[in-house]
Amino acid sequence: MAHIIRPYGDTMDDGKVQLSFSLPVPAGSRALEAARRIALAWGFHEAEVVHMAPMSDEFTFFVVYAATQHGIDWDTVEGDRDDSEKPMTMDEINAFIRAHIGRKVVVVGACTGFDAHTVGIDAIMNMKGYNHHYGLERYEMIEAHNLGAQVPNETLIDYAEAHNADAILVSQVVTQKNSHVHNLTEFIELLEAKGERGRFICIAGGPRISNKLAAKIGFDAGFGHGTYAEDVATFIVKKMVQEGRK
Amino acid sequence: MVTNKLNLPKEKIDRARELAKNICAPVLDFIDAHTTVTVERATLRLLGADGVSTEGAPVPNLVVDALRDKMSEGAAVWYANALVQTGLEQGELDRRIAEGFNIATLPMGDRQKAKELAAALARRQFSRIDANRAYRESKLEEFKGRSHSPLLYLIVATGNIYEDVKQAQAAALAGADVIAVIRTTAQSLLDYVPYGPTTEGFGGTYATQENFRIMRQALDEVMEREQRYIYQTNYASGLCMPEIAAMGALERLDMMLNDSMYGILFRDINMYRTFVDQRFSRMINAYSGIIINTGEDNYLTTSDAFEKAYTVLASQFLNERFAYAAGLKPWQMGLGHAFEMDPSIENGILYELAQAQMAREIFPEHPLKYMPPTKHMSGDIFKGLVMDNMFNFVSKATGQGIHLLGMLTEAIHTPFMMDRHIAVETALYVMNGIESIMDEIEFRPDGLIVRRAHEVLDRTLGFMEEVERIGLMESIEKAMFADISRSRTGGKGFEGIVEKGEGYFNPVESMLERSLGLA
Repeated sequence: MAHIIRPYGDTMDDGKVQLSFSLPVPAGSRALEAARRIALAWGFHEAEVVHMAPMSDEFTFFVVYAATQHGIDWDTVEGDRDDSEKPMTMDEINAFIRAHIGRKVVVVGACTGFDAHTVGIDAIMNMKGYNHHYGLERYEMIEAHNLGAQVPNETLIDYAEAHNADAILVSQVVTQKNSHVHNLTEFIELLEAKGERGRFICIAGGPRISNKLAAKIGFDAGFGHGTYAEDVATFIVKKMVQEGRK
Repeated sequence: MVTNKLNLPKEKIDRARELAKNICAPVLDFIDAHTTVTVERATLRLLGADGVSTEGAPVPNLVVDALRDKMSEGAAVWYANALVQTGLEQGELDRRIAEGFNIATLPMGDRQKAKELAAALARRQFSRIDANRAYRESKLEEFKGRSHSPLLYLIVATGNIYEDVKQAQAAALAGADVIAVIRTTAQSLLDYVPYGPTTEGFGGTYATQENFRIMRQALDEVMEREQRYIYQTNYASGLCMPEIAAMGALERLDMMLNDSMYGILFRDINMYRTFVDQRFSRMINAYSGIIINTGEDNYLTTSDAFEKAYTVLASQFLNERFAYAAGLKPWQMGLGHAFEMDPSIENGILYELAQAQMAREIFPEHPLKYMPPTKHMSGDIFKGLVMDNMFNFVSKATGQGIHLLGMLTEAIHTPFMMDRHIAVETALYVMNGIESIMDEIEFRPDGLIVRRAHEVLDRTLGFMEEVERIGLMESIEKAMFADISRSRTGGKGFEGIVEKGEGYFNPVESMLERSLGLA
């Protein structure tokens, strides 16, 4: 039997959601009705506009509560990755590398293209890491090279070749006009043109990157918001062993 | 009026300023002896050189590129010589240069005559800057008491100047006192300034003189309607610091991001280049009455805000020293810092309060520029909004000068119009509600806040003594700032530095130094 799920407000299956949005109209009773109507047009019912505020002469902000009848079958949902696979800890990863690989694993990472944000690659690679999760530089059995931001794809690949990297991490934070997809695609195309796609484990990361998106572009994995160094390291070392890379 | 709540020892603060002076002295000697391609281009801009080739190369770039082997004499005399030798009107000469005419092919005629012409051209542009400054001052006087305190600072970043204008006007109407147009990603690494109005950019909009003018006009409209001065801000940092400062002076910008070391650390621009460029650009900012904003907040995106708090204070002292050396007055020094401590730290907000109050007391006349949480913002917009409002609280309580409003959607997307609306509404609520809080509150002399401030000051002194001992450039090489290491000859723009020759001539520099009392 299908396991249908709907949003839960304070009663099972009430379908309640909170929405906030703005409309390019002046605030007033017409705007209030427009906000309600637009929520109904989206398929909600019982739409209630609880807040309306003018933001300028031409724009108005709304907070709306509404209910939906739509649900989906929980049993048919597949996640971006397998939630039952837990990452190893830093110590476990180091021990795993010693036992199964027997040398330091070389990881090269950068934020590529014009993207100037180091925050993502730093969270994964810097000694200190992020949110009390140490970065790869702290891992005894990992040799981590963080090239920083605004690194051309060519430079990153050349560097990975020169340092015999096992894995390359490509970070993309800016997503305006799909620049992240463009940069990531170019990276894979460059590697393929050199016939070296198979030489490295390639991982894409960034707040808007999903495993599915990364796989579609040709990466081995993609890591999004909430990823820590151990998630990335676990993937790399397991994949290396799985594929017999030493 | 800043009241003393932390009882920081004056002799320690004086000692830090003395250390800053010693640390900066050898760098200032280097600066004095050198010019750069962008200093020369800024000089040409302040002689009125304008225009662009069909390939998009600005006239100042074409002139300086043609004069590369004469750079030690300064570009101004050669540009003026071309006017004398050809007898052309300036606009006509610029047009021919844009079409490929190489002024370096002309022999030097009467050098004295060329110098006098160059000085006259500079005076013409300076009088435009004087008029801008006078206009700003008259409007600030007319609308006195209408701005928020601290000034509320909002960013627009659509990539399209005409879209920016709509968002900026809405933001100003909503209550923003300061509008900053974020630049497109990587403009800081261009060794020229793009030309004309622009409608394409990534994560921001190109800083061009025409875009400055368009935004100025839009903000002035809102100013008149709201009877409140709206400050316009842009970013000087990068390979064209002096040129962007010149454009800002000509188009009456009011604030400019201008840090003495940001380009080195965070954009990998050569350190010699940045040091020379920042001085010239800051002299222009000083003369045009612009408030600079320094970039200490950036340190905390790569280093830990709790552990490395002293590097922020040390950098504030260095930025202050470099600012004085460029003729800036304390009221023009928007020294930066940020609310970036890990939100899981127990008493973290008290440590933030200590840091902000400490900065306030050490730099009492400076309009401190306080940045909101970014590093620890997540997709949880509800928690993010609370974090932003703790920041609003600390900022108001400690009397910061320029308050960059935090966005609840930080780390998700560039702000929606409604994100800004929520930011302004909640900030005004908090700030109005605690208007006089610090008149009512004193800190325990032996309490956590006072002890933390003293400890940060002590660590700053220790750190600055170390920097003094090994030298500023060596300290940067050793990653003592922001945990980032940069080599002296590495980074972008190194090839653009030239030692000034015996006969180096720069009428803009002389006029700036003379009027700022630096000569």
